[in-house]
Amino acid sequence: MGLEYVKISPGFEKYMPRDYVDLVKFGQFGKEIDVMQLGQFKELVEEHPMCAGCYMAYFIRVFYAALPKPEDTIVLGTAGCARLALSQAAVPFIYGNYGDTNAVASGLKRALSIRFPDKDKDVVVIAGDGGLMDIGFGMTMHSWFRREKFTTIMVDNEVYGNTGGQESGMSPKGIQLKMAPKGKQFDKINAVELAQVAGCVYVARISPTNPKRIAKVIRRAILAARKFGPTFIHAYTSCNIEYSIPTREVLADARAREKKDFKFYEWMTDEVKEYLEEIERKEKEKAKQEVKS
Amino acid sequence: MPEQKVVEPEHLLLEAPREKKFITGSQAFAEAVKRGNVDIAIAYPITPQSETMHLVGDLYAQGYVKDYYRAEEEYGAMSAIAGAVRGGARAFTATSGPGLLRGLEAIVSWPGHRIPAVLGVMTRVVNAPLSIQPDNVEIAYLLHSGLVVLHAENQQDVFDFTLAGFVISEKVDVYLPVVVATEGFFVTHAKGYVELPPEDMKLPPRDPYKAPVPPTDCEIPPARIQRDAPVQKSNFMSYLIHAVWQQEVWSANRRAMKWIYKYLGGPIEVVNPDAEVFIVASGCAAAQGREAQRYAQMEGLPVGLVKIKSLRPFPEKEVREALKKAKAVIVPEHNIVGWLAKEVKAVIPNSGIVVDGPRVYGGMTLPVELIMDEIYKALGIKKEKKTVV
Ligand SMILES: Cc1ncc(C[n+]2csc(CCOP(=O)(O)OP(=O)(O)O)c2C)c(N)n1
Ligand code: SF4
Ligand SMILES: [Mg+2]
Repeated sequence: MGLEYVKISPGFEKYMPRDYVDLVKFGQFGKEIDVMQLGQFKELVEEHPMCAGCYMAYFIRVFYAALPKPEDTIVLGTAGCARLALSQAAVPFIYGNYGDTNAVASGLKRALSIRFPDKDKDVVVIAGDGGLMDIGFGMTMHSWFRREKFTTIMVDNEVYGNTGGQESGMSPKGIQLKMAPKGKQFDKINAVELAQVAGCVYVARISPTNPKRIAKVIRRAILAARKFGPTFIHAYTSCNIEYSIPTREVLADARAREKKDFKFYEWMTDEVKEYLEEIERKEKEKAKQEVKS
Repeated sequence: MPEQKVVEPEHLLLEAPREKKFITGSQAFAEAVKRGNVDIAIAYPITPQSETMHLVGDLYAQGYVKDYYRAEEEYGAMSAIAGAVRGGARAFTATSGPGLLRGLEAIVSWPGHRIPAVLGVMTRVVNAPLSIQPDNVEIAYLLHSGLVVLHAENQQDVFDFTLAGFVISEKVDVYLPVVVATEGFFVTHAKGYVELPPEDMKLPPRDPYKAPVPPTDCEIPPARIQRDAPVQKSNFMSYLIHAVWQQEVWSANRRAMKWIYKYLGGPIEVVNPDAEVFIVASGCAAAQGREAQRYAQMEGLPVGLVKIKSLRPFPEKEVREALKKAKAVIVPEHNIVGWLAKEVKAVIPNSGIVVDGPRVYGGMTLPVELIMDEIYKALGIKKEKKTVV
């Protein structure tokens, strides 16, 4: 249904902003896009005020390209760097108080399920490590305990980026940051393990070194959340400002961390696995047939 | 659960035949929710609110309410209410004292986010030493955030204000949350007579497209919707955006007044309008004030009562008019700070006539005798204090 509302009524094209017309004509609505085509279609997010070379911004760009149904997706964010880009996208965005994302998403998803029981309305939270694992920890965990059907993506830069570089629960032990003048005294929180025991049906940890894989994980997490319950992606998205990573070394850093503590990890329940395999098998068949014809 | 038919708000609130029941304030809240066509209720227990949300839970089990859950804590509950309402649902929750303050960051952001919902507040001590008793200082925290705040004197008010609250909050020219506050225990746990319309009638469902801001449900054009724009930059635009938005919130708050007239008979009630001395009170204190006025009348004293039903919008004009000829104004309150006395002083030209108090706090009862003492003082009547040996 969402698609109907995205389209421009006949005769109104010339009054709509160029940007919007392009989105409808050359964008992602109503289509599934191969993330490797980035740069060849009108993207859902283009301009944003995140730092030049920020890897979180790159991740968000891939995130939007990976949405299975952008015209029926609602994104929730919170205080933190990510919202600077999320709020610029052509997908409805909800911005409440710092750390409230998973509680707001719980209410939202339930309301949408009451009102549109037969439609897929994808609800996705993208928030920082501080938002999800510190201030919003209780709400994050409880949305999982309650098995709320939405996706949570943690863009983990291991710091409070937006407030100028303070320690977060996700910062590595020993690292010296603001408000940790003698170095962080305790270990990085194991978010993936928490998500798994708290009831997420699909959990992934990823360092964004491979756009195809990021897209696949995001898509899987969203599809699984529609049917089965909470899903969680823990993404390493370095902060090149607070960790002084020169822009040209951002990818090398992501690769190095992937070898160390951000090894790709994916876990899902058996029923999710079965469900996703079935969908992906059908898609492959369809693609083959398209190639043939 | 009986089959409920949808009727117009005017019919349900003003015309439908009513039957007298003897029920608690908690039951009165639930009776309103039962007829409110509520989509979702979110609960977190705290005395003295809990019973209300238990009863609302029963309504969910019976099918009157479509979704219901026990939240992780109040901040989560209030945030989830905001999510549900953005998604187009009609929502109800309630809390008390510390729970209210825990949820406050979320609650005070509702008006700016244009979240029409109804929040029950059953007052309870918020400051240390902690106690579960019905001090109402917490209402002061609600007065400066854009919320519509109604203060119920008794069980009947609880029912009427709550049911009307759903209607008023969703009016296109209001579109703000409505708080229905009442004193814990004194009202929530005590029984009173309540005239109820039939339970096989309910309000029309919420229409989220009849709204000054769209719901976030991907069912309304254009695709690029960003209702909750974070005002991101410290520049002139950000000051301006925030300023005009808040101006509109407060204008909307004032626009609620005409609906308060329509559905609740106005923001104040005046007893004995030609009196010289007035008791001005809201909530439970108004019930005690009513008693004091009755005693005074029996003694032939020129005493009147102004009961304030709506604290926001505050009935400035109405209070000024009612107190035009007053020689003294007594403001009994259930809190130490005297927030109502301050409000009254601020809207009349001769604030010197306002007597600060009597006030009880910590959740104590407010004896009518305390109000009578102030009446005698104001009228220059000397009473022998009887000492019981
Ligand atoms: C209630 C509240 N407390 C504190 C803040 C200040 N604050 C804004 S963003 C932020 C940290 C963001 O860190 P994170 O969530 O990791 O996101 P990042 O900026 O690193 O992407 C803080 C502490 C706030 N906005 N609200
Ligand atoms: S502060 Fe760090 S995380 Fe935030 S936008 Fe800049 S580089 Fe990205
Ligand atoms: Mg961070």
